Amino acid sequence: MDIDLIQNVLYATIRNGTPLMLVALGEMVCEKSGVLNLGQEGMMLMGAVVGFIAAVTTGSSTLGILAATGAGMLASALFAFLALTLAANQVATGLALTIFGTGLSAFVGSAYVGKTLEGLQAINIPYLVDIPVIGKALFGQDILVYLSIALFFAILWLFNRSRLGLVIRAVGENPEAANAVGLPVLKTRYLAVLFGGAMAGLAGGYLSIVYTPLWSEGMTSGKGWIALALVVFASWKAERILLGAYLFGFASILHLIMQGSGYDLSPNLLSMLPYLATIVVLVILSSHKSQSIWFAPKSLGQPYRPQL
Amino acid sequence: MHRSLLVFILALVCCNSVSAEPLKVGFVYLSPAQDAGWTYSHEKARQYVQQQLGDKVKTTYVENVNEGSDAERVIYKLAASGNKLIFTTSFGFMNPTFKVAKRFKKVKFEHATGYKTASNMGVYNARPYQGRYLTGLIAGKMTKTNVLGYIATFPIPEVIRGINAFTKGVRETNPKAIVKVVWLSSWYDPAKEREAAETLILQGADILSTHADSPTTVQTAEEKGIYAFGYHSDMSKYGPHAQLTAVVHNWDHLYLNMVKAVLDNSWKPENLWYGLKQGVTQLAPFNAAVPKNVQALVNQAKQQIIDGKKRVFDGPIYNQQGQLAVAAGETVSDKDLLVMDWYVQGIEGKIPSN
Amino acid sequence: MLKLEKRQYDSRRMALLSPLIAILLTLITGALLFSLLGHDPFNALYTFFLAPLSDLYGWTELGVKVTPLLLCATGLNMCYQAKIWNIGAEGQFIIGALAGGWVGLSFPDVETYWMLALVLVFGVLGGMLWAGLAAWMRTHFNANEILTTIMLNYIALYTLLYAVHGPLKDPAGYNFPESAQFGQYITLPPLIGDYRMNISVLFALLALVICWTLLSRTLLGFQIKVLGEDRAATAFAGFSEKRITWWVMLISGGLAGLAGISEVAGPIGQLVPQISPGYGYTAIIVVFLGRMSPIGILFASILLGMTYMGGEMIQMDLNLPKSITGLFQGMLLFFLLASDFLISYRIIPANKLSWART
Repeated sequence: MDIDLIQNVLYATIRNGTPLMLVALGEMVCEKSGVLNLGQEGMMLMGAVVGFIAAVTTGSSTLGILAATGAGMLASALFAFLALTLAANQVATGLALTIFGTGLSAFVGSAYVGKTLEGLQAINIPYLVDIPVIGKALFGQDILVYLSIALFFAILWLFNRSRLGLVIRAVGENPEAANAVGLPVLKTRYLAVLFGGAMAGLAGGYLSIVYTPLWSEGMTSGKGWIALALVVFASWKAERILLGAYLFGFASILHLIMQGSGYDLSPNLLSMLPYLATIVVLVILSSHKSQSIWFAPKSLGQPYRPQL
Repeated sequence: MHRSLLVFILALVCCNSVSAEPLKVGFVYLSPAQDAGWTYSHEKARQYVQQQLGDKVKTTYVENVNEGSDAERVIYKLAASGNKLIFTTSFGFMNPTFKVAKRFKKVKFEHATGYKTASNMGVYNARPYQGRYLTGLIAGKMTKTNVLGYIATFPIPEVIRGINAFTKGVRETNPKAIVKVVWLSSWYDPAKEREAAETLILQGADILSTHADSPTTVQTAEEKGIYAFGYHSDMSKYGPHAQLTAVVHNWDHLYLNMVKAVLDNSWKPENLWYGLKQGVTQLAPFNAAVPKNVQALVNQAKQQIIDGKKRVFDGPIYNQQGQLAVAAGETVSDKDLLVMDWYVQGIEGKIPSN
Repeated sequence: MLKLEKRQYDSRRMALLSPLIAILLTLITGALLFSLLGHDPFNALYTFFLAPLSDLYGWTELGVKVTPLLLCATGLNMCYQAKIWNIGAEGQFIIGALAGGWVGLSFPDVETYWMLALVLVFGVLGGMLWAGLAAWMRTHFNANEILTTIMLNYIALYTLLYAVHGPLKDPAGYNFPESAQFGQYITLPPLIGDYRMNISVLFALLALVICWTLLSRTLLGFQIKVLGEDRAATAFAGFSEKRITWWVMLISGGLAGLAGISEVAGPIGQLVPQISPGYGYTAIIVVFLGRMSPIGILFASILLGMTYMGGEMIQMDLNLPKSITGLFQGMLLFFLLASDFLISYRIIPANKLSWART
């Protein structure tokens, strides 16, 4: 196999997996606190459009990224108000966010279709980037890729070493008990949801400002749903999110690579791969009841109604 | 006195009915009007018509119309609300247009890229494959890796024609080069197009072509420092260094003539397939990076096609299996072009059957 | 200052009022939005909601839009009553269309309307199969149905694409990814004149009545509601959660599949790459907006059907983007979820502030 090809595939895999990882990390934190937010697509698209508009208007990609993150947070704040404060059904609220976010982003962005901006440049760390095979993949990426990896380690630390991580987990497992020992259930969940929103917005901004860089309606094409699946695939463990994200990223470019190499496989059947893989993993993981360790936070998706 | 008053009144009435209501013309688009791709080329022409004919026409458009069951309703509504000429600009609108045309016999319909006509429904199409051939000549001359990348959408004859024409051009100037094709299974998916472009680049392509509706390929090429050909419209603003030229559709004059024909009641349903000769297919200005001798070569070939001295698919042409598909002295007829479903030599990969 | 207080029991009045409040709030926000965009709000709202219904064609087209929504929503309601979150109506719709279409296209020379019946049956079976997969994964492997059904939606979509690009592609269709057009004997006959609304609208109404009867008058219906209320109680009462899961999933899958085959054997007339503008997802909004009751679901489907048509009208008449449809749909659901809060809580003036508990 061609060294260049391997190097480029690794590079593309990491780049492709980055938005997935960002969203999945955010949603994982959110779900660990017991909240199921199905509004990923909506939040990502809001982030993408707001970030793109900001970047085009100000000429600064950085401002665009920040705006994208903010937009995602704002979108998730709406979700949080409904699902947490008003204790509404989380599934419906999340779906409403997806539909609303998709529509609002298309609406707001309609004047920006066809506009363009200069994407973020890759940061090529000298010397290291020239290492064969892994050099470009690890050291020749743009800054958001490194940010996503930094965030990954941060989340890892959060849940393995920090008190906040414990609190989040406790709130997610049993909010009544957590409340009884004085932990701030709603506030913790709010923070978790907002973090999830920020990550989704950031991922959306990455897509529209760095990855393509273009705005088009619905440009996330289901990446939000894949990220949701990714969280389950990773059985709510941060370590596996990285692996899963890059795996999924690889799967989606795999069929393009195979076509370019002359293999005659139906592009439509190949496109099913990530979703099939997710189902298989879901089924395997869910049936793993051996030590009755149920990986999902016990209170996931259930509204918490504090005694007022 | 009464008679001259009567004449005066009659004259007024006649004048009013002559400078009467503006002709309402409707446009149905598959994707956003500003997508810089296929739809944009029609939108440009719509604006041209509106500008040229001013008060005499009132044009409206509906964008983002799904090709499913909604299309029929949109076309119906346009017809029912007084539009007398309706352009439906995507293949998937063919059957809905046909059905509505049956109900609204007094309304004229023009459908792009289809094959069904009726007494009040005409079809029209461009010949971008001619432009593709010309870009193939350039690509063959300018590639250093001898690998060209082509981002295709769906394996329909129109797309296959484009790939074949491009490859033929490439092989004429560079018999050693090959064309790698990747299928998007979508007309408009910038993220996936980006991945496809990068995949082709990592497989050695140093000049890219695309059939998709967005400037993503050109943008990607610009970023990576390689070359690309724009499609549907001049995409140089997305890639000032990267775009060598673009294959452009120019519907301006065609639409203007069609609208004028409806205005003066001379409209007939036709099956128009216009290309370089009629100016419906054009090439965008050359990038300075294209060597002068290559430009001359392309211009010469272009003129030969326009003059009818040469056709893109003149034989001899060998198919991908190495067999002689078109003998020397023969050419692929329009009828066969419409259903083209085989690859010429020089293309890597197979046409997906599903 | 105001304070929230939990009601002793849920307010029935609010339960009825909250959808109306939601609609009102949506209209107000919509009017504001239109004003901001420089359009006369009343004209814009009229164009969005009422103008599409100004002729018989509009009404029959509303019927065309409402039918799939109503069928899917009726089915989903069965699942949601049991708190089984089937998000897969979209995929079940597609597979139903595919299964029925495949059967119909395989026998083009049969000339009897029994063929249509067979095609419809296969449509239902297709949807049931697809939902059954998710049901099986839940009952056998404990796999969360939200995620499995969403994934199955995407797999269904690619299966459809595979079919119209390959095995079911029309050989006389110039290689375009479409199936042959359905012949007369596998096309649903129209209901009024030659408008597009066909007998499937009757299926939808019938399904609504049957499902409501099932829920309110049968033991199964009772079991479904118990499962929704309290999972533990279900086991205590000796009801089999697995059995209930299968029932509701198969029913909703079957109805979604029927919606799918009705759409392709009706208004579309063939299998094409895109057969649904998101009916499966919008139907979820319909269920919530309709308060999970048959009358409510009926009205909600009509309302949401109107939003689809409104979006097109708004484009044609006012040059506003179609995405306003999604805005309205999303807003409706948001306002509804917010108004629902008032069912369990009331707002009263407070004597002193108490931030303590949250």
